Amino acid sequence: MKTLEEINKIRTKKKEELELRTNINSSTKEKHILVCHGTGCTSSKSIEILENFKKIIKEKNIENVRVIKTGCFGLCAKGPIVIIRPEDTFYANCKPEDCEEIIQTHIINGEKVQRLLCKDIDGSVVNSLDELNFYKKQKRIALKNCGVINPEDIDEYIAFDGYLALEKVLNNMTPEEIIEEIKKSGLRGRGGAGFPTGQKWELTKKVEAEQKYVVCNADEGDPGAFMDRSILEGDPHCILEAMAIAGYTIGANKGYIYVRAEYPIAVKRLQIAINQAKEYGILGKNILGTEFDFDIEIRLGAGAFVCGEETALLESIEGRRGHPRVKPPYPASSGLWGKPTLINNVETYANITKIIINGAEWFNKIGTENSKGTKVFALGGNVNNTGLVEVPMGTTLREIVYDIGGGMPNNREFKAAQTGGPSGGCIPKEHLDTPIDYESLKEIGSMMGSGGLIVMDDTKCMVSLAKFYLDFTVSESCGKCTPCRIGTKRMYEILEKICEGNGSEIDLYRLEKLALSVRESSVCGLGQSAPNPVLSTLKYFKEEYKEHVTYKQCRSKECKKLAQIEIEADKCKGCGICQRNCPVEAIQGEGRDIRTIDQEKCIKCGTCLTKCPFKAIK
Amino acid sequence: MGQKCPKRNVPLGQKGNIMEELVNIIIDNQKVSVPKGTTILQAAKEAGIDIPTLCFLKDINEIGDCRMCIVKVEGRRGFATSCIQKVEEGMVIKTNTPEIMEARHVILDLIISNHDKDCLTCSRMGNCELQQLAKKFNIQTIEFKGERIENQIDDLSPAIVRDPNKCILCRRCVAVCKNVQKIGAIDCANRGFESNISTSYGKSLNDTNCVNCGQCIEACPTAALHEKENIDDVWVKLKDPDTHVIVQTAPAVRVALGEEFDMPIGTNVTGKMVTALKRLGFDKVFDTNTGADFTIMEEASEFIERFKENDNIPMITSCCPAWVKYIEINYPELVPHLSSCKSPHEMLGGLIKTYYAKNENIEPEKIFVVSVMPCIAKKYERQRNELSNNGLFDVDCVITTRELARMIKYANIRFENLEDTEFDNPLGVSTGAASIFGTTGGVMEAALRTAQDILTGQDLNDINFEAVRGEKGIKKATVNIDGKDIKVAVVSGLGNAQKIMEEIKSGRADYQFVEIMACPGGCIMGGGQPIKSSTIRSEVDIRKLRADSIYSIDEKSKIRKSHENPVVKKVYEEFLDTPGSYRAEKLLHTTYKTNE
Repeated sequence: MKTLEEINKIRTKKKEELELRTNINSSTKEKHILVCHGTGCTSSKSIEILENFKKIIKEKNIENVRVIKTGCFGLCAKGPIVIIRPEDTFYANCKPEDCEEIIQTHIINGEKVQRLLCKDIDGSVVNSLDELNFYKKQKRIALKNCGVINPEDIDEYIAFDGYLALEKVLNNMTPEEIIEEIKKSGLRGRGGAGFPTGQKWELTKKVEAEQKYVVCNADEGDPGAFMDRSILEGDPHCILEAMAIAGYTIGANKGYIYVRAEYPIAVKRLQIAINQAKEYGILGKNILGTEFDFDIEIRLGAGAFVCGEETALLESIEGRRGHPRVKPPYPASSGLWGKPTLINNVETYANITKIIINGAEWFNKIGTENSKGTKVFALGGNVNNTGLVEVPMGTTLREIVYDIGGGMPNNREFKAAQTGGPSGGCIPKEHLDTPIDYESLKEIGSMMGSGGLIVMDDTKCMVSLAKFYLDFTVSESCGKCTPCRIGTKRMYEILEKICEGNGSEIDLYRLEKLALSVRESSVCGLGQSAPNPVLSTLKYFKEEYKEHVTYKQCRSKECKKLAQIEIEADKCKGCGICQRNCPVEAIQGEGRDIRTIDQEKCIKCGTCLTKCPFKAIK
Repeated sequence: MGQKCPKRNVPLGQKGNIMEELVNIIIDNQKVSVPKGTTILQAAKEAGIDIPTLCFLKDINEIGDCRMCIVKVEGRRGFATSCIQKVEEGMVIKTNTPEIMEARHVILDLIISNHDKDCLTCSRMGNCELQQLAKKFNIQTIEFKGERIENQIDDLSPAIVRDPNKCILCRRCVAVCKNVQKIGAIDCANRGFESNISTSYGKSLNDTNCVNCGQCIEACPTAALHEKENIDDVWVKLKDPDTHVIVQTAPAVRVALGEEFDMPIGTNVTGKMVTALKRLGFDKVFDTNTGADFTIMEEASEFIERFKENDNIPMITSCCPAWVKYIEINYPELVPHLSSCKSPHEMLGGLIKTYYAKNENIEPEKIFVVSVMPCIAKKYERQRNELSNNGLFDVDCVITTRELARMIKYANIRFENLEDTEFDNPLGVSTGAASIFGTTGGVMEAALRTAQDILTGQDLNDINFEAVRGEKGIKKATVNIDGKDIKVAVVSGLGNAQKIMEEIKSGRADYQFVEIMACPGGCIMGGGQPIKSSTIRSEVDIRKLRADSIYSIDEKSKIRKSHENPVVKKVYEEFLDTPGSYRAEKLLHTTYKTNE
């Protein structure tokens, strides 16, 4: 147990010690080597890198250098990432064997290791992190501490204003004032639907009950999305702090974090954080010397997508099959074990402490009229800078894709971006300049979702894409309600039929009818949003669907069964290799004849394509 | 089938004396006031508007999964689930806009697209809720055809067949098994399109803790769950001139069989039933009620004996085979509390193959005893080895009320026009006490009537034990007999049985005599009885109608105490000696399985 005074002492002392982390001009003689320990970098040996650094420093007996594990820096495409502070040198794609050189050249000789310095898309060498285009348009609020502090050290969190917000609310704010502040900030749920957070807190507070609960939804399930994971891995304490504030506000003394077991690092760090917070008396009884008690427990999910739906999540915490409940009643009045329950997503909580400390006004200035603050996106797909980005609401898709993401690899053409994962929709080229916020995304048939953002270039077939997402929802549907259980499967089957060249105009009509019906009549958000990829591609890429059903063509050549394989006469040398390798004898010609393909017989297996020594087959 | 539901005269809001808080809503432009807490579905019904349902089973399965009951609530996103969502003040509801109709049509189309459409060869043809909806929605072609997962039919259980290909995942069976009976033998397994109702690890139902109560069959809207049919076994024997085929019918069958022929629920069709059975060609038609009188003789004297000796008190009844299997699985240490009496039809079967066979000079091996039961657990019971004598099973075949109706229809008998006939002698004479075995509390009341006379040595007239009657799942009463207070409990439904067993196990219970029936309401609501649709179940108190009919049979009986049954007296004099005699023990009592 630590008294408030002791915690404040730690803060002052540590703040001084860690000043070099954020001040590039720090006069300290110390150097901190920050090694990313997010899931991405960890899987490319960042643990070994950290160990190597430590070993070498010890062997060489170097003083004033510390090696620190941190959360994700965001630019995962360049991982494993090593950053040296205070000068903010950004070393990309490091390997364990590079440590020796970094220590020798950078730490001992004071020169940068040129070959390891990060290069921008245009090839220019980047000396410090801030110079990277990737970071220029970003604004880090939720990710503020990610990549800055050691997530396994509560003192480092405290140094960067950690638990200051909790202290502030416990000593100086009434629950009503907190709600007012959050309402004024304009914060909306970051889990996807965008419900006003302050209002949710108020609703849950207003219900009178002996027992209430605070739940953190960390069941991030969108394929390719890892915003929440990165926050939990990089700054777990900020979630605990926000949950305690929520508990104090609504009148709950128990919190649950529902996190998927596939996030082992996040789970481990959360548990470390909970243990440390309990040790310091920040969780448990009489927090910071006040009357307020609050405890947090972790509940592991088995990874079902539907358990990210709040009521299915509650069912799962209660030990049952993850099936959604029909709403209303909403969790605010009847949630965990029938008690009023506040459920917020990880990223939503990550904004709370900053709003309390900096004030609603500050937060309110960021973003658009109805969507305040920032949003973290997991940028992926056909884009150069894949990774985690946090941008103010209202940033356009073009800015994210081109300025931050660095555009498409091989200078290919942008075709569409999918936001909101399998529940979201496709945004076509003509909407590249749409400012991203809750309303405008909905208007163009997509949704914010939890923040997955997948960029697609012109090699992508939109029908295939819809099929891909439906495949996901079919296998992730819980099976509770009819439209989602059977309807998604039937939509998938129609898409499959179209992709194989067996579709007709009637199928397009049926597909749309079914999609609308599933959207309207499913029980939960999963089913209601599952048709979005279909509906949005039907809306913006109807031509492509028509080409598939009418001309049996796939312009992106992604639908193998629709692909026409032909031999280019001017390139063919008549060697006959393709003919000998064709498994169905579809290739005609004799001797040195220029070969032709009998399209009736061809099964589009692609063998001839790979066998042709002259690249004459396309 | 075809049962008209009685229209309620009193508006919901004025029920009873307590003024309930009313909520004003508008449904399809009609203003309606209903009590707070009413679901949209109920409220619509009050306004005379039908909303189709499929997974809904009142008080048992209210989960809103199938989506057939969707309606539109003005100002709300998407559709509302009318079977569970409650009305709120000022709600404006639309139940039949073209959008709603189309959405429901698509949903039904999807369900049927994934259903085994062998309607012509299905046991539920004509009584299938899915089929009725398809007719209502004029489904003539399936728009969204696609893959179907073929699952294996599980017919290893002697009582229940599970056909997953007909399952529509309404989960009514799961709810009744898990929440009402507290067995949980089945639940949903796998996810999404691959979801199916399964036992743990996909075992056969026969290898699980299922006790064959058959409530799942009663709950199933299709034929995904049905009884293991034994009709053919009966026809084969009826054709064989060398076999003496005897049929006996349980007390609860006669008040339900008529329903299969569109007669009002609870109609007593005893006489028509006997006539029909004779026309089917059975050599003798005996009454399980006679067996029930023997059960009372044995059970009452067993109770008096055990009560005096304080031997494993409370004594618990043993007529219900599902209950017996339940206690054997779940409370093996309490099995000694069971009465050692066989169930009535087994007793009668035993007497048929000994006493009757001897008197009529028929070789017992040539006798084939068929029991018509409201129950499917009896199918399991009859093949228990301990229920036999000299290597012959007491009962050779069990068919349900439903199966008997099928046989009658098959034989082109116009049931509703049949004249009445009496049961055959000698084992067709019974008392009012036996007839009430068919409803919860009946065995207790019948036993008390006899025990009372034995203990007091008098012929008492006060024989209606009202305290053990009625719909409650657990009824407790104290009966004073000859100056002694006897505490009794009457339980129906295994969920309730669990509560009482926990009481007994923990030593908190101070009962002396406990009656337990596995099915809520007793045998009249057994798993072999005519299946009623969800709509009828929510509008009509089927249990009460059948129970009333049973009690009226009792009231009208000339003899209402088992020990006064002349046939019973005669058989004891000529053959059995006294209750509990060596021969009675051998023929009419049984043993149970325990873990030891």
